[in-house]
Amino acid sequence: MWPIIHKLGSPKWFYTMSGRWLPFLWGIGAILITIGSLWGLAFAPADYQQGDSFRILYVHVPAAILAQSCFAMMALCSVIFLVWRIKLADMAAGAAAPFGAAMTFSALFSGAIWGVPTWGTWWVWDARLTSMLLLLFIYLGIMALRGAFASRDGGARAAAILTLVGVINLPIIKYSVVWWNTLHQGATFSLTEKPAMPASMWLPLLLMVIGFYLIFAAVTVARTRNEIIRRQPSARWVRALAQGERNGL
Amino acid sequence: MKAHRRQRLIIILVLVALAGVAIGLTLYSLRANMNLFYSPTQISAGEAPPGRSLRAGGVVRDDSVQRDQQTLDVTFTVTDFEEDVPVHYRGILPDLFREGQGVVIVGTLNERGWLEASEVLAKHDENYMPPEVDGALKAAEARKSIPSSGAVTGGNDERI
Repeated sequence: MWPIIHKLGSPKWFYTMSGRWLPFLWGIGAILITIGSLWGLAFAPADYQQGDSFRILYVHVPAAILAQSCFAMMALCSVIFLVWRIKLADMAAGAAAPFGAAMTFSALFSGAIWGVPTWGTWWVWDARLTSMLLLLFIYLGIMALRGAFASRDGGARAAAILTLVGVINLPIIKYSVVWWNTLHQGATFSLTEKPAMPASMWLPLLLMVIGFYLIFAAVTVARTRNEIIRRQPSARWVRALAQGERNGL
Repeated sequence: MKAHRRQRLIIILVLVALAGVAIGLTLYSLRANMNLFYSPTQISAGEAPPGRSLRAGGVVRDDSVQRDQQTLDVTFTVTDFEEDVPVHYRGILPDLFREGQGVVIVGTLNERGWLEASEVLAKHDENYMPPEVDGALKAAEARKSIPSSGAVTGGNDERI
């Protein structure tokens, strides 16, 4: 168990291995999103009540899922960083934050566009929408806090602690539609029940969600790789790498 | 796990637990205000303040919508299948507004117990289906059910 973790935590090992995964993550992610959006926007049936405006969910739902998954991943990285002091975990958490913030914004924005024809308003201060807006502010706060410290380690620890406090917001977002009266509807999908949507509608959505996950992984891995190089430009293996690229060119 | 790492892990868990309790207590104390709307049962029980702007939520009762032919005035009854609240509204209703649909109404309670609405929002439920499926479901239901009052509500409207 421990040797694997230490291997995973080694920037050099991660850099070498992730270079092989990266093309697959980008490629399969792009293919899935292309198929999913064409299928969802052009071929899936319209909804019986909302008509074509329901198709916004093919962006809204993956964005909302990724906004929360990205935060969960950052929280996990923060625990690993704070307890085991594995720097790679901190680099990954820092690399993921802007993507999560972008996904949160996309979910809020697409939801507002959908809200106008469906609800009759683009914003309402209900528990789901408000907790999601709070998530966006937490993301921005984490990114700002990391940059606000003179020492990199201080900023990293402060960001990790804020991430762990912010993780309490995740169950609040998830259960907001159960605990309180909200304008936002309850969950269409759950692990235990049949989805309240036919397969012709949820299959393209599933492709979109998997595609978003792969692109998230690709962006995070690529940004983590950049951060590794940025932090230790004079490490021997980095110099050897740069030398090799120069010779290769 | 080494002792200093275990200690750090415990500190983190305690920190998150304390923050969770603090936020949980805050939300618990705000629970009345966290709800977007009052249900008709709460309004009938006098929990909603009269004369002040509030939101009410429920389902539009079947056969209760009456539109004025000359103006944009609409009256309907909003229900949670326990209690009813009559609503009066003047304006344009959202596309999803119909009988049997969940709605959230912004307005004030007048002294006769009517809700004078300033805004009507349609609440979408978690069900999605193509129009053909909806048509087939309705046809099957019509074949099955002997028309009795309130039996044909679509089945999903209680989950507001």
